[in-house]
Amino acid sequence: MDQRASYRAFILVSLLGAGFVFLGTQSLDDYGRSIIEFVGINIILAVSLNITNGLVGLFSLGHPAFMAIGGYTSAILLIPANRKALLLPDLPHWLASQEWTFLPALIAGGGAAVLAALIIGFPVLRLRGHYLAVATLGFIFIVQSLAVNLSGITRGALGLSGLPALTTLWWVYGWLLFTLVVCWRLKHSSLGRTMLAIRENELAASCLGVKVTHTRIFAFALGAFFAGVSGGLWAHLVTLISPSSFTFLLAFQLVVMIVVGGSGSIIGTMLAAAILTIATEMLRPVEESLDLFGASQILTALCVLLVLIFRPRGLFGTAEPDLLRWSGLLFGRHWTRSGSKNRRKEVS
Amino acid sequence: MTTPYILAQIVNGIILGSMYALVAIGFSMIYGIVRLINFAHGDILAIGAFASLAGVAIFSLPFPLAILAVLAVGAAIGVFIERIAFRPMRGAPQVTGFIASLAVAIIIENLGILTVSAQPRTFRVPHYLNDLVNIGTQSIRVIDIAIVILAVCLMAFLALFVRFSKIGIAMRATAENYDVARLMGINIDRMIMTAFAVGSGLAATAGLMWGSKYGQISPLMGLVPGLKAFVAAVIGGVGSITGAMLGGYVLGLAEVLFVGLLPSEYSGYRNAFVFGALILILLLMPNGLLGRNLEERA
Repeated sequence: MDQRASYRAFILVSLLGAGFVFLGTQSLDDYGRSIIEFVGINIILAVSLNITNGLVGLFSLGHPAFMAIGGYTSAILLIPANRKALLLPDLPHWLASQEWTFLPALIAGGGAAVLAALIIGFPVLRLRGHYLAVATLGFIFIVQSLAVNLSGITRGALGLSGLPALTTLWWVYGWLLFTLVVCWRLKHSSLGRTMLAIRENELAASCLGVKVTHTRIFAFALGAFFAGVSGGLWAHLVTLISPSSFTFLLAFQLVVMIVVGGSGSIIGTMLAAAILTIATEMLRPVEESLDLFGASQILTALCVLLVLIFRPRGLFGTAEPDLLRWSGLLFGRHWTRSGSKNRRKEVS
Repeated sequence: MTTPYILAQIVNGIILGSMYALVAIGFSMIYGIVRLINFAHGDILAIGAFASLAGVAIFSLPFPLAILAVLAVGAAIGVFIERIAFRPMRGAPQVTGFIASLAVAIIIENLGILTVSAQPRTFRVPHYLNDLVNIGTQSIRVIDIAIVILAVCLMAFLALFVRFSKIGIAMRATAENYDVARLMGINIDRMIMTAFAVGSGLAATAGLMWGSKYGQISPLMGLVPGLKAFVAAVIGGVGSITGAMLGGYVLGLAEVLFVGLLPSEYSGYRNAFVFGALILILLLMPNGLLGRNLEERA
């Protein structure tokens, strides 16, 4: 009963989302659509970062680095061969002749990010707390200076411009749905419990036979995959990728979304990501007209300080707000009651 | 590659190292007492640089007096930040403090952009500081010598202060064992305030030095030097003041020699080198050169 109810809720929600996406493609102008697309990409990023930062309790700031890796990979695979000869004459032949389609290129971008995560993860994930944070921050700078200096592949500080604008609302929505399903299933699976156990007490978890290092690296690599894919989506949305596209500022914004939404809470992070992205976008014209550049970032940072002081667990903590029950109020309560009770017990 | 060239690189490394050391001390002091990596520490550098610019341009302070003013401004801002942002969340998990310091850094940087704009400004020093002095084969600017001497004097003064003064002894006791120190009647709040004041004052002075050495300042100038100074603090062993000084010089020399001695196509990898070194050091010797094993890092 419980299982079926959540399936039905999931199908309902995803159809509802698809309906909105359809409406969006029909009615919104380019600007409005791009905002929604950014919201979607940010949700993918924040929710996937929440696997490491929320569930396993590893404080990573490395997402922009993985985005850069994924973005460059997919961009290079996607640029038509004749244009590549013009943009990047020094590219090795086997790369220069590649002309992939969007989906495999995105997956390849994610794969490259996973590879990087495995290489960097084995040494770095031995660190804890803010040491890990600073090490992953260093990783952003390392990737950035590689992107500037490996000009044969990345065109240096100029970046790759004029990329095909392939990212549409449907692509973002599809990946968003996929990310959410994976993260949701993960959180409520035994592997997810294992991750929470590591977060709460690593020693106790390893005494119970949890493979701490394996689980951590898995979480890190999974987050990196989604970051790599969103890097590709991002690059083909703004049709430009350069070393300054993905900076530490982005890492901070993602962390803000997690802190505000509640570390470990998927729906909380989603809400925070959506609100933050839209609010920043709405404030932009105000900033420009009043000549107050940076004001929105100050506001965000102040919000975080206030949340940290007055509600350190974020809006929802690790729990998921019970959408089943809320939707139950709308659609009749009979198939929601047992689900909601169980869920509350699990996460508290 | 001649001997004078290498000597010149070493001199450059010592100058850069002096500035790293001054910033790294603050990281170490604050970490030693409250176990907080204060990410906003680098931005004090920018505040110091702009404070000295304002001091010289608006209040027409003579340059040496500006140094004292900058020390005071830096200390005041450090105390203010601690009171507003970090004290309310004391006792929370370490990562909370780190996120808060990220937020403070963003606030400072953007306030800087709002008030003085992100455009870099030229930073002029009095002409007598730009004269060249010949020492052996090297000709060095007076300002560079002044930077090193000032840094060494400040560090020597700090070492004496921490070693012999009553407050210094209390600070060391707090860093050694927070709870016992409090039971012994040490006013912890005052110790934390002092650590922030001293650390930020030194970082602000380093900002003044940075400006006068490179001739340009901007609100975002503190970000990368601040992070590198953190690397220096890690090299020396976070929590150890002597270690931070040593780490600053080691990192300054290593960075300059990396750029100066390797073929020029590698010089773009300067930042990658520093942060790669950070990751290596955290793994191989997490306690740094002089740090003690205080708690788990790796």
